[in-house]
Amino acid sequence: MKTARFIATLVVGAILAFPAFATELKIGLQDDADVLDPAQSRTFVGRIVYTALCDKLVDVNQKLDIVPQLATDWKWSEDGTELVMDLRQGVTFHDGTPFNAAAVVANIERSKTLPESRRKSELTSVKTVEAIGDYQVRFTLNSPDVTLLAQLSDRAGMMVSPKAAAEMGANFGNKPICSGPFKFVERVQQDRIVLEKFPQYWNAANIFIDKLTFLPIPDTTVRLANLQSGDLDMLERLAASDLDAVKSDSSLNYADTINIGYMALYANIANGPRADNPFGKDKRLRQAFSLAIDREAVNQVVYEGTSVAGNQPYAPNSPWFDKDIPVPARDVEKAKALMKEAGHEKLDIELQVPNNPVAMQMMQIIQSMVAEAGFNVTLKATEFATLLSEQTAGNYQLSRSDWSGRVDPDGNLHQFVTCKGGINDVKYCNPEVDALLNDARKSTDNAVRKQKYDAAAKILNDDMPVIYLGHQSYIWAFKKGVTGFVPYPDGMIRLQGVKKSG
Amino acid sequence: MYTYIGKRLLLAIPTLIIISIFAFSLQKLLPGDPILAMAGEERDPQVIEFLRDKYRLNDPVVYQYFYWIGAVVQGDFGISLRTNQPVLSLIAEKLPVTIQLAIMAMIFALAIGVPIGILAAVKKNTWIDYVANIVALSGLSVPNFWMGIMLILLVSVKLGWLPASGYEPFFSDPVRSLQTMIMPAFVLGLALAATLMRHTRSSMLSVLRSDYIRTARAKGVSEQAVILQHSFRNALLPIVTLTALLFGELLAGAVLTEQIFTIPGFGKLIVDAVFNRDYAVVQGVVLCTAIGFILMNLVADVLYVLLNPRMRAAL
Repeated sequence: MKTARFIATLVVGAILAFPAFATELKIGLQDDADVLDPAQSRTFVGRIVYTALCDKLVDVNQKLDIVPQLATDWKWSEDGTELVMDLRQGVTFHDGTPFNAAAVVANIERSKTLPESRRKSELTSVKTVEAIGDYQVRFTLNSPDVTLLAQLSDRAGMMVSPKAAAEMGANFGNKPICSGPFKFVERVQQDRIVLEKFPQYWNAANIFIDKLTFLPIPDTTVRLANLQSGDLDMLERLAASDLDAVKSDSSLNYADTINIGYMALYANIANGPRADNPFGKDKRLRQAFSLAIDREAVNQVVYEGTSVAGNQPYAPNSPWFDKDIPVPARDVEKAKALMKEAGHEKLDIELQVPNNPVAMQMMQIIQSMVAEAGFNVTLKATEFATLLSEQTAGNYQLSRSDWSGRVDPDGNLHQFVTCKGGINDVKYCNPEVDALLNDARKSTDNAVRKQKYDAAAKILNDDMPVIYLGHQSYIWAFKKGVTGFVPYPDGMIRLQGVKKSG
Repeated sequence: MYTYIGKRLLLAIPTLIIISIFAFSLQKLLPGDPILAMAGEERDPQVIEFLRDKYRLNDPVVYQYFYWIGAVVQGDFGISLRTNQPVLSLIAEKLPVTIQLAIMAMIFALAIGVPIGILAAVKKNTWIDYVANIVALSGLSVPNFWMGIMLILLVSVKLGWLPASGYEPFFSDPVRSLQTMIMPAFVLGLALAATLMRHTRSSMLSVLRSDYIRTARAKGVSEQAVILQHSFRNALLPIVTLTALLFGELLAGAVLTEQIFTIPGFGKLIVDAVFNRDYAVVQGVVLCTAIGFILMNLVADVLYVLLNPRMRAAL
């Protein structure tokens, strides 16, 4: 009897202990992802999930250089209108479909033609894509576009199983099938997304996590509480104000990096009748406004020193930053002088701000800073979806909104300030800037591109349709047992090499 | 009785039509464009045009209403703009979560509110009554979200007794399910307990003052029987009505509680849907909530009749 009980205990114990062999990593996200189809997706957290789920043709390294992923090598033609890529061999999708040149062609065509696709504008420069071998593809472009590689390092370059895509069409997101290190298990809206290790992954030797669960927890305090109580192993976008709590907790670690996005104020230059005001018409007033801001103080007070002050669409540590235009120190006297020159002692301005506490705090500080130069700013707290449509419709004078950033400098600039730019909400239009930014797309030589961007930066810094304020950090907090995590400025969580113990 | 219920259900139809019109038009009045919110950071004009067409947002508003309500009558609540999931399946997925939360919160509220209310009435103007009142007032005045975060910090972070947030379906893991729900249900139930306690107390007091209670006492009925059998049953009537009405309040409270504890229920669904201008989801949820509310009131009325024989004659 005793032996039987002993054996029974052993068996039950073994069954109970079995799941302990599988390493599960639970990651807290700030939002719930939207539809899990790379062609249709639009959220930042969605991209974090894809980083585990879907491999891309190319990836970026920590310095944002383009590095191989599913494409092992690539070459531009002399005139920059053709890109030939060699593909990795022996890769399969999660459903067993082989990855090859035909799959790449099917994917790019899906992104270009699926009615629901959000990738069309990212791939406009691609005229045709064709398989020129089993593992070689050629992109033919309408005109030279060096930014294509950066697009292919993000959702436009994510490869999904062509078989699954053909079967599921626009509903692909209900059961996404890609070729990344983890495959899809289940999703409960607003609760969790569960993935598990894909044993046939081409780089499986570098994956040490067996099960991956993403939990959307929007409240930053609650997200941190979950990490502290052990319900999470890792979280993304820790609030700067919580960093001290993490540093003083002996069971936690953190990693951070300045992100590729920016925080900015958009001045309505020519978007509808509300642009017809002195601030929209006279660049000296905008320059004065910018000079009256102490960007470093904002960084210290609002972001606890975790952000960096900035005055361009790329952070001062970026290779694309124009060092001839350093971040200006605050100069109230000069601001006053500029205002006087423009014929104003005082000026009323309505500033639209997203109604979240951090943005509000930041703008209240700036409100009092610019008041010393004579700007009487009224803050209009606006819920985000409303802010967005007011900004597009031109129903604003000055609007605060942020950009999550793109790997290529073009993505932080071109669409905002070129005459026909898709998100040129300020309706700034300067043929000279257009020419420079269009030319910068055509050259594969970074030195040539840098010259163009610098020239554009000087004009934009003078006209100042966008007043750049700075660049936030991405901060990840995780359990001490999680090792091998490397922060990337694009905010993605790459799990290659990440281990969890204890 | 059945005719009564039938009549009440028929009367609910015009109410629901009015609610559907409100749910539909109120959010059309909201500033902010759902398509812009959906098109992503890039706001590609091609995408915007396609989406407007797909969701018929270019049609006149009146047409849009009839498209929607016509489909709803056939059981099709539309598709979430944000995740492409059918609204009905989203609701079916979220409803049990909130119902579990509401029931557990109501159990807390009744278990705390009613006994304390009776005790306070019986021990009127003693220290027990005063303490009960102070506790009730604090329960009413402490905001939900503050209480929730404090509990998380104390119970989950400091003591490590319960998970800080999240959800597990009851039938997949009952223990874990109860563990994740205890704190939110307690927070949500606490404010209701205070309301219930105050009403139980005053209802009991007025019954205790009535003649038949004096008669019962004069006849030598034990104090326990006087309170529980003679007074409480009569005092229960207004409490039943209140409890049914409070279910509505529970749903509203669940919106906040679910946000704090990250419970994927109805409240969280509607808040996220409003922020994303996910029209179809907002409309579907509002309509379902209205149906639930109407049903709860009907249940209250039926219970009323069952509890109070005098009402049966009035039918």
